Amino acid sequence: MNILVCIKQVPDTTEIKIDPVKNTLIREGVPSIVNPFDGYALEAAARIKDNNPDTKIVVLSMGPAQAKNALKECLAIAADKAYLLTDRAFGGSDTLATSYILSQAIRHVETLEGSFDLIFCGKQAIDGDTAQVGPEIAEHLGLPQITYGLEASVENGKVIVKKEVEEGVQVITASMPCLVTYTKPSWDPRYPTLKRKMAANRAEIPDITAVDLTEINLEHAGLKGSPTKVKATFVPPRKSGGIVIQEDTASASTMKLFTLMSDNGLI
Amino acid sequence: MEVKTKDLWVFIETKEDGSPKKVGLELLNPGKAMAKKQGGELAAVVIGCNVNASIEAASRYGADTVIAVDGEEYKDYSTDAYTIAITKLVEKYGPTSMLIGATNNGRDLGPRIACRLHTGLTADCTALDIDAETGNVAWTRPAFGGNLMATIMCPEHRPQMGTVRPGVFKMAEPAEKDAKVIWEKISVPAEDIRTQIIELIREMDAESVDLEGAQIIVSGGRGVKGPEGFAPIRALAEALGGTVGASRAAVDSGWIPHAHQVGQTGKTVGPKLYIACGISGAIQHLAGMSSSDHIIAINKDPDAPIFGVADYGIVGDLFEVLPVLTDAIKKAKA
Repeated sequence: MNILVCIKQVPDTTEIKIDPVKNTLIREGVPSIVNPFDGYALEAAARIKDNNPDTKIVVLSMGPAQAKNALKECLAIAADKAYLLTDRAFGGSDTLATSYILSQAIRHVETLEGSFDLIFCGKQAIDGDTAQVGPEIAEHLGLPQITYGLEASVENGKVIVKKEVEEGVQVITASMPCLVTYTKPSWDPRYPTLKRKMAANRAEIPDITAVDLTEINLEHAGLKGSPTKVKATFVPPRKSGGIVIQEDTASASTMKLFTLMSDNGLI
Repeated sequence: MEVKTKDLWVFIETKEDGSPKKVGLELLNPGKAMAKKQGGELAAVVIGCNVNASIEAASRYGADTVIAVDGEEYKDYSTDAYTIAITKLVEKYGPTSMLIGATNNGRDLGPRIACRLHTGLTADCTALDIDAETGNVAWTRPAFGGNLMATIMCPEHRPQMGTVRPGVFKMAEPAEKDAKVIWEKISVPAEDIRTQIIELIREMDAESVDLEGAQIIVSGGRGVKGPEGFAPIRALAEALGGTVGASRAAVDSGWIPHAHQVGQTGKTVGPKLYIACGISGAIQHLAGMSSSDHIIAINKDPDAPIFGVADYGIVGDLFEVLPVLTDAIKKAKA
């Protein structure tokens, strides 16, 4: 079994603060992390490997050189091999251009590592939150897709995925190769062992640049290959607060709230 | 793609029984105004199995035209069949823009179609407008976990596509109207649908987790302290006829399943009444609930950001407040 996991290094958006004076994002000092949903995708691959020990897990990330730290973390957790896709020509890409470049890179990595049976992604990255790159990679590569995966197994040459849907959990299957995106499952991903951490630190992570992608049409990459353009960004306005109740006792406060609710037709 | 009309399309997602999901009907409301500004009409695209109820609803809630595709292969959603059908329709009719509800299925489908048509898609929009200067759709969406809003346009590719979260827009008042109905026959052979549904395991607890359709939501956060802390939350939700929600902190702690999560990585909700209990109000949570009509917050910390968006707030212990409130409501309703 040959599994590719696509990962992105993202700022930890839970650590982002707003400058109260300038009303802008404070990006300095915000730690970079492996996108949590990509971590769930890696864990899903690792669980398949637990049951099929001859599985190889390859991780691929597009980003600047510092994204190698994220790839090293994946090597420490479960991955066997990592590649960094990096080139200035890729900067400014929207989801369509990004997924095109990644699909070209996946074809290139396949010439080095063999064809992938499964391609796993996080359902979305926590900085952009678009949830588009996974399905768009699948479309570029002509693969079936399953999104909102919780866990996956492989049986008789097919992948079986538990998928989160509005009504509960759907069990869905597809032939391979197939692309699966992952959301948050009810269990936590594994931690790296000390031994794997040390090996990951020594691991060599090859760069893939535009010249390696012999089939790529750079007209479809970067800013010029991106149909969507960001016209403006702004910090969302805050609603001003309403009535705050703080009586001497909790029940007095509660009855005051109850009266307000009744008066406003909320009961 | 070649643009053939100035029409705006709204995709109406259907349920297994052919009835519409609410978000499609919601989107007809802003869609109507946008189509007018673009100088075109509003068309609803209904795909499913036995879709008459959806066609009628689309007509009542504002569509000028309904384009309907009906077939057994559309009874259950599949990426492949729905992508084939919509792509064929777009190529035939050439609309200038298209709105899709950002349900799990809508977010599965949107990028697949956009990529096949080689056009731009803006995900999870919370505001829609037409740019006066260019006539392009101005799609506004949150990024960086709701810390930043971005307005995005797709100037040169058509159709301009966006997904919009359920609950962001309200449905129009229904009106008696006969939209023009166009039936399209698009058959998808079984072998072209590459995913098969084996089974659906419905949510274990009997309570519904239809947060996006809920009129009343009572949510718990870190302050409920454990899975058993959701008992008073459930009791209040039950007394009000509401649904139980949760913050990411409560879900991450394993106290309640992810399906209950409200916020940037959970559901976006817009109920009439939202009661936040023991929720501090991180921006990621506010992004998912601040468009609720009325917000009530109960929190021990008077400086909790949740009070900044609440209409009424109690500074106090939810374990003292909720039983009293639930009792009072039960008595009032008895």
